Amino acid sequence: MKVLLRNPRREIEVEGAMQVSTLLSRLDINRESVIVIRSKTVVPGDAWLNRDDEIEIRPVISGGDFGPIHPARGLMPVGSDIVRSLWNPT
Amino acid sequence: MKCRVCREAAIIDIRRHNANFCAEHFLKLCRDQTMKAIDEFDMIAVGERVLVAVSGGKDSLAIWDLLLDLGFAADGLYLGLGIGEYSDASAECARAFAASRDVRLIEVDLPSEYGYDIPTGARAAKRVPCSACGLSKRHLFDQAAIDGGYDVVVTGHNLDDEAAVLFGNVLRWQTDYLGRQLPVLPARHGFPRKVKPLVRLGEREMAAYCVVKGIDYIVEECPMAAGNKHLGYKAALNAIEETSPGTKHDFYFGFLSRASAYFRPVAEGEQADLLPCTSCGAPTTAEVCAFCRLVERAGGHLPSGDLAANQADLAAPVSVVIGTRPGDSSTTTGAQL
Repeated sequence: MKVLLRNPRREIEVEGAMQVSTLLSRLDINRESVIVIRSKTVVPGDAWLNRDDEIEIRPVISGGDFGPIHPARGLMPVGSDIVRSLWNPT
Repeated sequence: MKCRVCREAAIIDIRRHNANFCAEHFLKLCRDQTMKAIDEFDMIAVGERVLVAVSGGKDSLAIWDLLLDLGFAADGLYLGLGIGEYSDASAECARAFAASRDVRLIEVDLPSEYGYDIPTGARAAKRVPCSACGLSKRHLFDQAAIDGGYDVVVTGHNLDDEAAVLFGNVLRWQTDYLGRQLPVLPARHGFPRKVKPLVRLGEREMAAYCVVKGIDYIVEECPMAAGNKHLGYKAALNAIEETSPGTKHDFYFGFLSRASAYFRPVAEGEQADLLPCTSCGAPTTAEVCAFCRLVERAGGHLPSGDLAANQADLAAPVSVVIGTRPGDSSTTTGAQL
């Protein structure tokens, strides 16, 4: 199936039919952080995706300003190290 | 997977509710949870004029749509932040939504009206971009609400946003900020009431809401926000949520019900008397407010007439209006903040 990913926008091919939850797990994507869209419709975690489906995995986490919080003291690294970096700030 | 309500095919699973919903009942859930938050925290009274802070993203467009569907009179305010193509695209989403619902969108453009943009402003002021952006937004939303006679400013902060802020403030024990982290910030002299009706709904629900309703929002993340701390806090909380659904909800609402009150005296004790900014007239604890200092460092300027208008506003008594529009002869007023 064709899978559209965002931020940055790119497309990947995934072999075989599988459930949404399996696909997300295989791509190491946290279910809480995305919605999966097929034919302009949201699909739940147990939905079966066919090998010829075109789907989008759309991130839902937005950053930016959150109101009255302590001023940021700097930038944190992005990517897979981000959670670890929270506990070991440099 | 079946809808918990009607047993038709579900489109979304919401694990913290241990429930699945079809499109129709998912939209109803969003409306119900929004109204529940509005009622529970006395956010908006019947007939009040509402100004929605609109970014063009999923949360602000969703809450605007929800408020309109719930029967509130809500206008939108979009701030052009001068962040290149991102700002252009987000403005288009905000305009398209306003046009589709035939509602009023007020626009303020930082580069053309204030002579600076967020990237240059942040560099000049030596602030991280999200800090300069937040400072600018808060000042301009407040000002637009006061100038426009709006009773309340609505922002699209959702459960994930609030849980992440709480997480950050707890990690560093920012007791003054903890004392002010509420879904409603009451009006104070020179500041409008600010409310967050999406606190009972998660980020994932808001994205799904927009898809189901056909609302075109800007999916791309703001390039200025990449790597900021709150994205990390959200990732950490989502890692916990994945194995323990409901954690974010319990963390935030547990704080509100069982801990928040302990921090309020700290926040109230740190609120000094407010005086008019000598540059723009907005209320501030310093001689010149943080926004004007940012504008000056960024080489920008205030639009003409700001100082006189704001000083006149600040000199006038502020009335708290519940249930009616300002100027309505039946209004009960009197509480001075």
